[in-house]
Amino acid sequence: MSDTSRAETPKRSAEAEVLAEFWHYFSENRGAVIGLFVFVALVLIAIFAPLVAPHSPTQQYRDALLQPPVWADNGTATFLLGTDAVGRDILSRLIYGARFSLFIGVVVVTLSLTIGISLGLVAGYVGGKPDTFIMRVMDVILSFPSLLLALVLVAILGPGLMNAMIAIALILQPHFVRLTRAAVLSEKNRDYVTAARVAGAGPLRLMFRTILPNCMAPLIVQATLSFSNAILDAAALGFLGMGAQPPTPEWGTMLAEAREFILRAPWVVTFPGLAILITVLAINLMGDGLRDALDPKLKRS
Amino acid sequence: MSGPVIVGRNLQKHYTVGGGFMREPQIVEALRGVSFSLKPGKTLAVVGESGCGKSTLARLVTMIEEPTAGTLEIDGWNVTSSGREGRNAFRTHVQIVFQDPYGSLNPRQKVGSMLEEPLLINTKDSAAERQEKARQMLRLVGLRPEHYDRYPHMFSGGQRQRIAIARALMLNPKILILDEPVSALDVSIQAQILNLLAKLQDKFQLAYIFISHNLSVVRHVADDVLVMYLGRTVEAAPRDEIFANPRHPYTRALLSATPVADPKHTRQRIRLEGELPSPINPPSGCAFHPRCPLAIGKCARDMPELELDGEARVACYRAGEKIPEAAE
Repeated sequence: MSDTSRAETPKRSAEAEVLAEFWHYFSENRGAVIGLFVFVALVLIAIFAPLVAPHSPTQQYRDALLQPPVWADNGTATFLLGTDAVGRDILSRLIYGARFSLFIGVVVVTLSLTIGISLGLVAGYVGGKPDTFIMRVMDVILSFPSLLLALVLVAILGPGLMNAMIAIALILQPHFVRLTRAAVLSEKNRDYVTAARVAGAGPLRLMFRTILPNCMAPLIVQATLSFSNAILDAAALGFLGMGAQPPTPEWGTMLAEAREFILRAPWVVTFPGLAILITVLAINLMGDGLRDALDPKLKRS
Repeated sequence: MSGPVIVGRNLQKHYTVGGGFMREPQIVEALRGVSFSLKPGKTLAVVGESGCGKSTLARLVTMIEEPTAGTLEIDGWNVTSSGREGRNAFRTHVQIVFQDPYGSLNPRQKVGSMLEEPLLINTKDSAAERQEKARQMLRLVGLRPEHYDRYPHMFSGGQRQRIAIARALMLNPKILILDEPVSALDVSIQAQILNLLAKLQDKFQLAYIFISHNLSVVRHVADDVLVMYLGRTVEAAPRDEIFANPRHPYTRALLSATPVADPKHTRQRIRLEGELPSPINPPSGCAFHPRCPLAIGKCARDMPELELDGEARVACYRAGEKIPEAAE
């Protein structure tokens, strides 16, 4: 039989093959690889913060207020990036702040991804009135400037890191709903879905087991980009005093605290800003690379 | 001989389309009364142009959709009136194999879990039993056991179609709908798949509903042939009868368009003018009359019923009459 006697490929599992192919396309984009490395470094720093950080993030060294960084005049090696207005080591605060930023990203993306996927699946699969209802609610959310809506929500819920994350998750999830719905619409009339239905699969199984795995590529990309958006929005809320509250070493909150010293001690403002910039840039670069690697239309065979 | 395993009586399916803002919805009569019956181990071929309702028929028989009117009996049970519970009980009796083997297999599912899914949903088999059955079925359709752990993209078209057939057979169905199962395959692979289907039919006494527009294949596999035009049966007859002695002018036109591998073969070419009319607005009387070389005034006014003519059932006022030579 000609169609069954196929040359044996080397024993390599399908997952490994898929991963290898993915890496091949991903590694073509140098920015994406750099982004990935920066991101991995950030994750490691966040995990091992107590080991890496030279000082406690909340320890106030009263004899070293607004100490400049090590390379400036009067800088000391004890405080590599200097200290802030109450004598806390900025480097240590930044290192601990990475924990908060990554935590915010993970929580916000998980929240908006689960809710967004569920709503999108229902809208796309069921169609009709539920679809119209869900999509119009999403349109309403999207019609507000996102940060403004988040501010209003936090004002209602009360300031704090948890409420800020909930608000950001809410303003980010319409994108997931739309993406999921579009992908479901294009997949649900394929023959394999019909075959599963003929085999007796119920709606839940069809939605989550049959259709959803085939819709994941655009969602993964959107999740990465939302990750950086969440960090950025949380920093903005923190800066406006609506997010994490002092003395939490959250980068946005650090910026807000240091605002008044911008002329006298520019490093207090610069470093948290740089941290946000580098993190968001790295994640966005990585997201771009992911999109290129996962989108079959951009692949060159 | 046992009775028919599946009987369709006057099946109809109407869809509503359009009906946007300030517009009246329109009704598409995709299926306008089709009847058939099929015994175990036999093959009923359904032929007709694209858009004649073949696939709608498949969707009704697989119980994906409910007919607008008419009844469907499986094993003597009326499944159209038995509600959701009843349909679920009979769902395992009817399975389907699709035309496009690239679209009919879930790209993110391994072959093994694809084959086991129907068992997981419908039976109480343990994981080990399911795996055993899946591996047996792989062997039965001519695939190797190590294919169990692979993804669909690692297979050729013919192999994929074997997987699709294996999946359809996992629940031991009585009826298999074959929706153009070989038309997307190479000719050499087509023969292999057809032979496999014939072997499986013998082994399990399967009843096949074979949807096709390849009449050479139909001649090879069918016991009975049902010719459809715009949602209606125009002619239904045993295979030999329909190929030797087609009565309806549409059947004759279809047959005359099939190539025959014989250089000395001469025959009359019947050219059909125009396109298949829209099912939203079907012609009056016999739906075929605007394209029919034999049409008379009565054809445009009255709808011919299916009438018994020898071994065949034909819906035509001028069945069997000589078609005038087309002017070249």
